[in-house]
Amino acid sequence: MYQDYTITHLKQLESEAIYILRETAAQFEKPVLLFSGGKDSIVMAHLAKKAFWPAKLPFQLLHVDTGHNFPETMEFRDKYVAELGAELIVGSVQKSIDEGKVVEEKGARASRNGLQTVALLEALEVGQYDAALGGGRRDEEKARAKERFFSHRDAFGQWDPKNQRPELWNIFNGRKQHGEHFRVFPLSNWTEMDIWQYIKAEEIELPHLYFSHERDCFVRDGVIMGVCDFIELLPGEKVEKMIVRFRTIGDATCTGACLSTADNLDDIIDEVAAARQTERGTRADDKRSETAMEDRKKQGYF
Amino acid sequence: MSEDNNSGYLDMDLLRFTTAGSVDDGKSTLIGRLLYDSKAIFEDQMEAMELSSKARGDEHVNLALLTDGLRAEREQGITIDVAYRYFATPKRKFIIADTPGHIQYTRNMVTGASTANLAIVLIDARKGVIEQTCRHSFIANLLRIQHVVVCVNKMDLVDWDEGVFNKIVADFKSFASRLDNIVDVTFIPASALIGDNIVDKSENMPWYQGPTLLYHLETVYIGADENHVEARFPVQWVIRPHSDQYHDFRGFAGRVAGGVFKPGDEVTVLPSGFTSKIKAIESMDGPQQEVFAPMSATITLEDEIDMSRGDMLVKANNRPEPTQDIDAMICWFSSDKKLAGSGKYILRHTTKEVKAIVTEVRYKMNINTLHKVEDDLIFNLNDIGRIKIRTSAPLIADSYKSNRITGSFVLIDELTNATVAAGMII
Ligand SMILES: Nc1nc2c(ncn2[C@@H]2O[C@H](COP(=O)(O)OP(=O)(O)OP(=O)(O)O)[C@@H](O)[C@H]2O)c(=O)[nH]1
Ligand SMILES: [Mg+2]
Repeated sequence: MYQDYTITHLKQLESEAIYILRETAAQFEKPVLLFSGGKDSIVMAHLAKKAFWPAKLPFQLLHVDTGHNFPETMEFRDKYVAELGAELIVGSVQKSIDEGKVVEEKGARASRNGLQTVALLEALEVGQYDAALGGGRRDEEKARAKERFFSHRDAFGQWDPKNQRPELWNIFNGRKQHGEHFRVFPLSNWTEMDIWQYIKAEEIELPHLYFSHERDCFVRDGVIMGVCDFIELLPGEKVEKMIVRFRTIGDATCTGACLSTADNLDDIIDEVAAARQTERGTRADDKRSETAMEDRKKQGYF
Repeated sequence: MSEDNNSGYLDMDLLRFTTAGSVDDGKSTLIGRLLYDSKAIFEDQMEAMELSSKARGDEHVNLALLTDGLRAEREQGITIDVAYRYFATPKRKFIIADTPGHIQYTRNMVTGASTANLAIVLIDARKGVIEQTCRHSFIANLLRIQHVVVCVNKMDLVDWDEGVFNKIVADFKSFASRLDNIVDVTFIPASALIGDNIVDKSENMPWYQGPTLLYHLETVYIGADENHVEARFPVQWVIRPHSDQYHDFRGFAGRVAGGVFKPGDEVTVLPSGFTSKIKAIESMDGPQQEVFAPMSATITLEDEIDMSRGDMLVKANNRPEPTQDIDAMICWFSSDKKLAGSGKYILRHTTKEVKAIVTEVRYKMNINTLHKVEDDLIFNLNDIGRIKIRTSAPLIADSYKSNRITGSFVLIDELTNATVAAGMII
């Protein structure tokens, strides 16, 4: 296979991501890898491990914690970070609320997802990070489809989608003024399918939430939600046991589950291949308006 | 790895293509149509598009809304920045860059085109070959995109007339005959709006016997983009674990930009000229037998020699001459600053950053006539032309013609840090 000097597209994506991770380490003074315990950030951390092996990661990990997590994700996060031998910094939305920097949304549909931006920007400032590596993929959402690998943020952490730097070949310009920073997306060109194929090929361990399990759930706006301490039920919503799994793991109050019996990677891959909905189709935070993602990103969201 | 769901997917090759052409020629609609007719649009994306189209009062579902994702784009109905889309058929995996046609955003078109193997140039059947068609075709040629598909779109608005199509084919051929990097051009009459000849064969144009767009994209032969002869390895980062187990480990991390590297190879570090042998190509999964472009790798050497980011590892028997004088074609991207002789910039080439001064502006190109302009040498936004540069330190460069990675650079404004030009070394 090597004689004709071609590599599979998955190997191309891996090489590209490793190249970006190394560029980030080299071009910035203090980069940080955003780690949520979701599959994309796990894949990114795995790639970072490969990029700098046998040395340790040349940057810290940062989790912006909404406080509304599934307990399984947190257990997994802590175990993974310990094995990686990396240092984890936690930015807390609860703390931002307690300090009066943000005001929590009220009511049954309240979500802390939007508040993450404040906690993120604060964590970046406190840690004096000048680049934040994110697991965002262009195939996730139409505003993300416009993002550069090296995405410039002004001194307020804002994205200016109408005036992005040209990004040619594989030359990345990470130069910036004092106080500005970059978001870097090594997985830009990966699709959901690529992520799963890679997880399988590399035997990467994931939180159990991604695999089929029985859970107390209810349905809101056509989306299946897991019952948890942070969501109040509305009148008429009733709790049922369902066999579900999660396609993305974010804040528990806005991440929907899907009915699924896929309890292993092969079944999940088949399911992804047959899916008729995008993975963010179950994210209530994207449904708030037509350009909800762009609006949040302009404010400084991931 | 024996399961059905893996074997096919893991063997697929990858085609990166970009759209090009004037504003409103239908590029975004065509990408939407391509994805829609090949069933690559998800239900929730479709619902969202239907809703927005209705709210906007569009007659049809506006398929351009799939890639025109920014608020400003949706309001104005134009593309401003590149959108990347991904899809796969059983034959190939595709990365699509849908780029803007508006002249003001040419730099975003160049961004999308710089990594493409193939360009779809759209032409509005009513308008024929116009300045922006020429500009984008010229840029595609300059960037060495060797494969071009000319889609004559909106055939529904010219009564599916074969004569109109033939005239445009002839006009484009006469212009493109002077673009010598484009080795293969295919012409397809189409309607992105209605779906003719995108995925399904047109019933309205029985006179056309050629392939549909999708069929062509799936089957066109694209040779490797990389140079697998001249070995080039720009060092990105030096890996020093400082652990007991790997106490003396010093790995040079980078991405192969050309050629093949194997353990035992005699190598030279440039610009210093030190030589050594490759001890091993290391990875977390064990040592590798060989690496080639575009693989990322970590190389260790037999000898303790000085090498760091910005240096390049080459084969001892094939070394480019380090140089401080660069002759290049550039595209100018800045709207508020102009390029002129003696301008100073930061130049970024592979993993190296140096200072640069423009020593000579040779000419600008007139995009329509492809003639050289020598009496007006000030570069404004979107101007293309040839300059000479002197750098503060030597570059290990090849011509863009022989290597897209070691032959390209960008110029950065020292004050604003903006990327103001893309350069291709001659
Ligand atoms: N009649 C007809 N209209 C078309 C066709 N293709 C596109 N259009 C229309 O042409 C207009 C412009 O289409 P877009 O796809 O946004 O054009 P574009 O080339 O992407 O434009 P920019 O990205 O801004 O350069 C829209 O109103 C489309 O509906 C076609 O084949 N026939
Ligand atoms: Mg468009």
